[in-house]
Amino acid sequence: MSEIKGRAELSRQKKAAFGPDLNLEEFSRQGGDWEYDPDYRHFSPEERSHLLTAGIELTDEDHAATFLQADKAIVHCQTRQPGVEVLPITKAISQHDWVQNLLWGLVAVDADKYTARAELELDNGYFIRVLKGAEIAQPVESCLYLRTDKFAQHVHNLVIVEEGASLHIITGCATHPGVRSGLHIGVSEFYVRRGGKLTFTMVHNWGEDVHVRPRTAVMVEEGGRYVSNYVLLRPVKSVQMYPTVTLNGEGAVARLQSILIAHPGSELDVGGRVILKAPRTRAEVIARTLAIGGTSIARGHLVGMVPDIKAHLECRGLILGNGVVYAIPELEGRVAGVDMSHEAAVGKIAAEEVEYLMARGLDEDEAVSTIVRGFLNVKIEGLPPALEEEMDRAIQETNKGL
Amino acid sequence: MLEIDDLWVDIEDKEVLKGINLQVPMGETHILFGKNGSGKSSLLMTLMGFERYQLKQGRIRFLGQDITHLPTYERARLGLGLSFQRPPTIRGVKTSDILRVCSRGAIAPEVLAAAYDFTLFLDREVNYGFSGGELKRSELLQLLAQNPKMVLLDEPESGVDLENLQVVGEIIAHLLQKDRRRQHRQKSGLIITHTGFIMDYVHADRAYILTDGHICCQGNPRELLQDIKNFGYEECARCRR
Repeated sequence: MSEIKGRAELSRQKKAAFGPDLNLEEFSRQGGDWEYDPDYRHFSPEERSHLLTAGIELTDEDHAATFLQADKAIVHCQTRQPGVEVLPITKAISQHDWVQNLLWGLVAVDADKYTARAELELDNGYFIRVLKGAEIAQPVESCLYLRTDKFAQHVHNLVIVEEGASLHIITGCATHPGVRSGLHIGVSEFYVRRGGKLTFTMVHNWGEDVHVRPRTAVMVEEGGRYVSNYVLLRPVKSVQMYPTVTLNGEGAVARLQSILIAHPGSELDVGGRVILKAPRTRAEVIARTLAIGGTSIARGHLVGMVPDIKAHLECRGLILGNGVVYAIPELEGRVAGVDMSHEAAVGKIAAEEVEYLMARGLDEDEAVSTIVRGFLNVKIEGLPPALEEEMDRAIQETNKGL
Repeated sequence: MLEIDDLWVDIEDKEVLKGINLQVPMGETHILFGKNGSGKSSLLMTLMGFERYQLKQGRIRFLGQDITHLPTYERARLGLGLSFQRPPTIRGVKTSDILRVCSRGAIAPEVLAAAYDFTLFLDREVNYGFSGGELKRSELLQLLAQNPKMVLLDEPESGVDLENLQVVGEIIAHLLQKDRRRQHRQKSGLIITHTGFIMDYVHADRAYILTDGHICCQGNPRELLQDIKNFGYEECARCRR
């Protein structure tokens, strides 16, 4: 048994540091035996429109590459542009002998029972690599899809943006419209090499009883830039994630943005941590949480290891009706000469803002919608138009619950 | 155009307006003077129908219609428009968005902003980080987009430097159709001012002095302002008695 497997075995029952503890034996490992689908013929109109709300367009058009995994099965994997390589991770391991060395390089396999399961019972995952200097204008679309009820999906993703390259990945994680419960464990390790740029937009649209445990770590080298956008608008049972970005080289930059709606019954524990290890690194962590009956713990942690770094954490929560928003911003300066700040605010919609807009002719519902839309208005470049519409729809539905 | 009849208003069980009566005919501009806390802003907020201002007695008629119990947005749609003294910030909402809201899509924000040198503010969040003068200009631009028949202005010149004061004054004059002959004006105004500077740009027809929630004096705006300067608000209140 390899050393990694051994550590995973020892962590089979290890509880995670945060989030509700799950009994993994309650989930099935029998996923559907889905066929490879080169032109997405096996998706019903209902599935298509559902996936669209997670930003997944199910087309190779306008994408540099596409990847879709349903349960365990790789259903679609196409690369259309030179300079970018997309493979199932199992295939990448067999094709490139160096891939194995990068796996578990950033995330500890023995972090908790979820990372351990991803090693011990790996289904698959995506491998995306952009070659040195390649600037890929069109996004890569990847989808991790739960198509079978109660299934526990274990994936391990690896992204490498080589020196001077750039890429935007849109990942939609969703369940089939008929799936209510399940578990998604997703280990993701991203390497942004010197001067590389990676924008990673992740949209979740899960079933109401689905538990989600992403485990993400990113390493950014000198002059590199990493932007993460996370959007969760629909009900889910629980999400617990705390991605960690390490800015390893001088001048590296990270920006983590999340937009979350905590519906009744949803328990979200979502954070963002940036470790600034090199001079002139910059980081910004921005979270917008709307609680409409659910609970959201919004964590943020900035660690300044060297002088001449600058970082800001902004966490704003809005509670409409019922719900809990618990903001936990942490700043950790390890030396003199760091410049770190945070801004956290949790509250309700101010009556004076509603009245202000009503004095301009909006009725109360329109005024509240406008304020909520403004609150959630974090600029995310390159979002598919359908997702913008989905955000508007989610906000409208949010108002009905008031 | 606007008739206020025996208006009594409470805020959290405290009487703030005590039997206000006034009428603003079509085409006229009236001024409200008064010390801080005398009830001037409360009167404008009550006219807009804000929830905090609890009407105990009285009636408000606008264009012949009883609006006493109408919600704020219906009053706005009928043609009442308010420029706030201290407008709130609406985070994430662009100034261009709110201009679009005000005009209900009838006016392109870009065109309006270009006419009043406000283009640079279109992409900024509503009232976020604006200076005093910028706030007032933003408010007035919103009113231009809204095109109200009755213009309510709460201290439009406060916090505005001399250069911006002229711009503010000219926009208000335009809002109130001061470039037309009196009999052709179809807009009316009710303006709160402490300094009276705005009267250099907008001819006012009548003024009121509010003291402790009621009108203690009314008459020619210039004469009342001079009396206030000469004798102070206390004397105005005593004079009434």
